[in-house]
Amino acid sequence: MTGAETLGAGVHETPLRDRHEALGAKLIEFGGWRMPLQYRGILDEHRAVRERAGLFDLSHMGELFVEGSDAGRALAHALVTNPPALKLGRAQYSMLCAEDGGILDDLIVYRLAEERFLVVANAANANVVSDALVERLSGFKAVLDDRSLAMALCAVQGPRSVEIVGRLTDVDLSSLRYYAIAEGTVAGIRALVARTGYTGEDGFEIFVDNGRAGDLWETLLRVGEDAGIAPIGLGARDTLRLEAGMPLYGNELDRSTNPYEAGQGRIVKLDKPDDFVGRTALEQVERDGPKRRLVGLVMQGRGIARHGYPIHAGGQPIGTVTSGTHSPTLGEAIAMGYVAPAHAEPGTILDVEIREQRVPAEVVPLPFYRRPG
Amino acid sequence: MVPTELRYTKDHEWVRVEGDEATVGITEYAAGQLGDIVFVELPEAGRKLDQFATFGVVESVKAVSDLFAPVSGEVVAGNEALAGSPELVNSDPYGDGWMIRIKVADATELDGLLDAGAYDQLTAEG
Repeated sequence: MTGAETLGAGVHETPLRDRHEALGAKLIEFGGWRMPLQYRGILDEHRAVRERAGLFDLSHMGELFVEGSDAGRALAHALVTNPPALKLGRAQYSMLCAEDGGILDDLIVYRLAEERFLVVANAANANVVSDALVERLSGFKAVLDDRSLAMALCAVQGPRSVEIVGRLTDVDLSSLRYYAIAEGTVAGIRALVARTGYTGEDGFEIFVDNGRAGDLWETLLRVGEDAGIAPIGLGARDTLRLEAGMPLYGNELDRSTNPYEAGQGRIVKLDKPDDFVGRTALEQVERDGPKRRLVGLVMQGRGIARHGYPIHAGGQPIGTVTSGTHSPTLGEAIAMGYVAPAHAEPGTILDVEIREQRVPAEVVPLPFYRRPG
Repeated sequence: MVPTELRYTKDHEWVRVEGDEATVGITEYAAGQLGDIVFVELPEAGRKLDQFATFGVVESVKAVSDLFAPVSGEVVAGNEALAGSPELVNSDPYGDGWMIRIKVADATELDGLLDAGAYDQLTAEG
């Protein structure tokens, strides 16, 4: 079936809603879905992922399959990356941009077969991406099969992920590289197993049909128990990705931001042969250089920088914070924000306005955290 | 049931009166709503507060919340332990997680605050 089912006025539930409640989760609405914010607490959950393993319900994400003899070329036209260059079973981080180069969503594209790709979109943008792909695929021998509402996604992330998932899958994890995907079974359930994630740790994103999500979730929790697996909510998902220097659509990325500003210019493949949506505008940015740049900040005084707080240099406002939190791993307050390029050098000391006080912050290269080994 | 010897504000602060001084903190309910607390900003000793004025800020991983003085008075001390261990507010909100001690300016202001029963009702409805 092509095209997306229209999301209704109500909030979507994932197939794991009852299990989250049974585990004592605090539920919130996110991107049109009811999702767990936390179970035991954000700091606990954050540490569980860094030290052992965490289990995430990511069923709110969009799963869009693109198939046909032109599937690769069609996606090369629709996105800034060059999916036809992907080998079978490999994946890439990508973006869907508008004609003016503004980002509509950031995505992962997986090549499942010569003529079959999986595009995973953010929950809040799944409809926008689906509509854009339908439009951009026209004229190509390629069709879109939006299975977002039929598929569930569970992620296992952390140093003990390989051990836990390895007990349950026929996929050879030792030959599944980072940013690769394989079809197989997990806990006896047909699944796509991807070695991708949003935490900065090793781990897997496991795609199954909705109806099997409950079995998958319960089995992973049970089998992973002695390895210390814990359920993880969106709160810790955010602190983990921020430490890993990964952008969040809605904070670092939005309709008025282009990939170069966000430090993602390398994914814009200007040398791919054909035209793509946004090419002219993005070529211009590449020539002129971006007007602002995303930087990492470590607070040097007491205070947590948060989304929207102004950034100053020499008494003048020169940027804005896009995300910030207390970093559980580093034990200090970290943030990301956009600043004028002149102030983007690591080592630069800037001031963040926190409730009418100016608190110094040092520009640092991203990521803040890299997993050991 | 929250501690019966304390008084409460609608914004989830508690106050414990000891002679002409009072100790102030936030309730277990408030700490639970905020989640893991990572930063508490408190006033200096000597600062004068009006009843229900903001005296500081409590931050969790996800949110920032103002702190409101339950009674008027002069700040005697802030809990310095919270600088290094803000999680005390979560683990012991009525004890080691206390926030400020103030010299009470007008004890009659306490009459306008909620007692334990009224506060429990507030949070049951909330």
